[in-house]
Amino acid sequence: MEVKILSAKFDIEGANKLEVAKQHGAYANLDRLFSMEPADVIEEVKKSGLRGRGGAGFPSGVKWGFLPKDTGKPVYLAVNSDESEPATFKDRYILVRDPHMLIEGIIICSYAIGSHDTYIYIRGEYTTQVKELQAAIDEAYEAGYLGDKVAGHDFRVDVTVHRGAGAYVCGEETALLESIEGKKGQPRSKPPFPAVAGLYDCPTIINNVQSIASLPYIIENGADAYRQYGTEKSPGTHLFGISGHVEKPGMYELPLGLPLLEVLEKVAGGVWKGRKLKGVIPGGSSTPVLTPEEAKTVTLDYESMAQHKTMFGSGGIVVLDETVDIVKLVKNLINFYHHESCGQCTPCREGLGWMKKITQKILDGEGTMSDVDLLRELCDNIEMKTVCVLSAACTMPVRSYLDKFRHEFEAYVTADESSVAEAK
Amino acid sequence: MSDRSQLISTGEPFQFDKERDAEFERLVKRYPTRESMILPALWLTQEQEGWISQEAIAYIADRIGTFASKVYEAATFYTMYNLHPMGKHHICVCRTLSCWLRGKQEIIDYMRDELGLTPGKKTEDGKFSLEEVECLGHCGTAPVVQVDGEFHENMDVEKFKSLLATLK
Ligand SMILES: Cc1cc2nc3c(=O)[nH]c(=O)nc-3n(C[C@H](O)[C@H](O)[C@H](O)COP(=O)(O)O)c2cc1C
Ligand code: SF4
Ligand code: FES
Repeated sequence: MEVKILSAKFDIEGANKLEVAKQHGAYANLDRLFSMEPADVIEEVKKSGLRGRGGAGFPSGVKWGFLPKDTGKPVYLAVNSDESEPATFKDRYILVRDPHMLIEGIIICSYAIGSHDTYIYIRGEYTTQVKELQAAIDEAYEAGYLGDKVAGHDFRVDVTVHRGAGAYVCGEETALLESIEGKKGQPRSKPPFPAVAGLYDCPTIINNVQSIASLPYIIENGADAYRQYGTEKSPGTHLFGISGHVEKPGMYELPLGLPLLEVLEKVAGGVWKGRKLKGVIPGGSSTPVLTPEEAKTVTLDYESMAQHKTMFGSGGIVVLDETVDIVKLVKNLINFYHHESCGQCTPCREGLGWMKKITQKILDGEGTMSDVDLLRELCDNIEMKTVCVLSAACTMPVRSYLDKFRHEFEAYVTADESSVAEAK
Repeated sequence: MSDRSQLISTGEPFQFDKERDAEFERLVKRYPTRESMILPALWLTQEQEGWISQEAIAYIADRIGTFASKVYEAATFYTMYNLHPMGKHHICVCRTLSCWLRGKQEIIDYMRDELGLTPGKKTEDGKFSLEEVECLGHCGTAPVVQVDGEFHENMDVEKFKSLLATLK
C-alpha cells in the first residue's frame, strides 16, 4: 500500500546532503521552472489538486491566487514547520531526510507567487532538526540554489529559519506571523487575511512543509502524474503518522483514499497485544473520534472523513485499544488545549479551564449528570466564538467523545465509591 | 497558560559573547524590522547562559532598540525560555496523547520514586531538572523524552535508567 513520492529519498543514506540529493534528482528541474510563466506554475499546481497538508486541506494553487497583484509591497512566503498538533510527526522527516526537496519546493512556490523572502517557522523543540535544516540551507546557498541568482537565473530567493519557543498556537497562521515579528503568538482577527495583509503588513502566503515539499514532484512530472495517486477530490499522497496502540507505529507515505482499517491492519500491524479496537482518532488530536463501527467504512481522504463527521486533519492517526479510559483521555486533551490557549479570548481561556475542572471533578467521582451535560453545553458555547479555532480544536473532539462514549462519563458519576477509588 | 511572570536578577550586567554577537549581527540583516530579533536574541541568550535573567532582558531590549516590556512579553509567553537556572541536565517528558497512551507516566513515577524529582523541580544536587511538556512531534516512537535537547524515543523505565546513568 505504501508509495514513495515524497519519501523517495528518505531511505537513501546521506540524501540530506546536496551531493547525494542531486544524484537523485534534486534541483534538476529549475531550468524547466524558470522557462515557465509563474501563472502557468500556479495553473499546474491547481490542476494537480494539491491540498494544504497543514490540516485544513485548502487547495494550494487557489490560495496563491488570492494574492493581490502589483501592490508595490514585497510578497512573503512563510513555511509552517511548527508541527505541534498532538499525534502529528511527518514534517520533520522532510526536514531531516530530504531538506533539499523542501528548499526546491520553496524556490518553485516563490517563483509562482513572486516572493523573494521566505521564513521557515520551525518549532523550538526541534533542536537537532533545526541544525540539519540550516546546514542544508547553507549548502544550497553555497551551491547557488539560494541567494541573488537561483541556479544562475535572474531570480532572488532568500530563506531564513525562524525558531519558535514552545507554543502550539504559533502553528495558527497569523500567530505564526506575529511570532516572526517578535511578538507573543496571539492570532489576529480576520479579515484581513494574510494574502492581503500578512507578515509586516505585506501580502503573505503560509503553507505547510509537506505542501511545499510536494511541489518538485508536480513540476517535474506534471499534474496528471500526481493525480494518478489518490482520489478525484483528494489527489496525491500523504505522509501519515500512525501512533498509539498499534503493533507498528510510524510514518508511512500512502496515496489518499485507502480504507482506514485496512491500512491499520496491513501497514501498522493492527491493534497491539491482540486487543480489541475502541476508537480511532483520524487526523491529529483535534479531529473527532471514530468508533470501530465508523472506522469500517471510512477512507483516508478529505471527503470520506467529512461524511463521517470528522476531519482528515494532519494525517496523524491514533489508535485506541479497549483498555483506554475515555474520560482520562478527554482530560489529557483538554489539558493540552487549555495549556496552549494564547489567552486573548474569554471563551477559550476561561472555558477550557472550566471544562478541565469539570472533567477532573467527574474523574474524582464527585461529578453529577448535570456536569456531563454542562461539559457538552460548554463545547457548543465556546466553539466559533473566538478569534482562532484553537478552542474548536478542543471542543470538536471532546463533543465527539461525549456523544459516542457518554456511558463512560456516566459510569464515573454513578459508580459507588469503591469502584471510583479503583478507577483512579 | 502558566504563571511565568517572575524575572530573576543576577546583579551582574549581561552581554553576548563574541560568537553570539556575530550571530546577532548576521541574523538582524535577515529581517526588515529589528523587533523580529526578539525571539532569536532570547535563544542566543539561553544558549549562552542556560536561562534568561532580568539583566538579559534589558540588554536585548537595548540591543534591538525596543522596549524591555516587549522582550519580557515574549520571554514570558513562550514556554521554552527558562526564566531561572535549570538543572545541569534538563529532562522533558512528553505528557500528551500518544506518549500518555504508551506509558509516559511510568517514567514520571520512576523519577518521583527514585530521585524525588517531580515536574517543575530540580534535584537537590542541581543535576537534573524535570518538566512535563506537550507533544514533541515524535508520537510514532512514543513515549518520548528530550534531554538537553536530544530526543530519546521508544522509552521505558529500563531504557530511561540506562540513559540517566550516562549523564554525568
Ligand atoms: C491552533 C492551530 C495550530 C496549527 N498548527 C499547525 C502546524 O503545526 N503546522 C501546520 O502546518 N499548520 C498548522 N495549522 C494550520 C495553519 O493555520 C494553516 O492552515 C496551514 O499552515 C496552511 O498551510 P497549508 O495550506 O499548506 O496546509 C494550525 C492551525 C491552528 C488553528
Ligand atoms: S481561541 Fe484561544 S488560542 Fe485562539 S485566539 Fe482565542 S484565546 Fe487565543
Ligand atoms: S504525543 Fe508525545 S511526542 Fe507526540
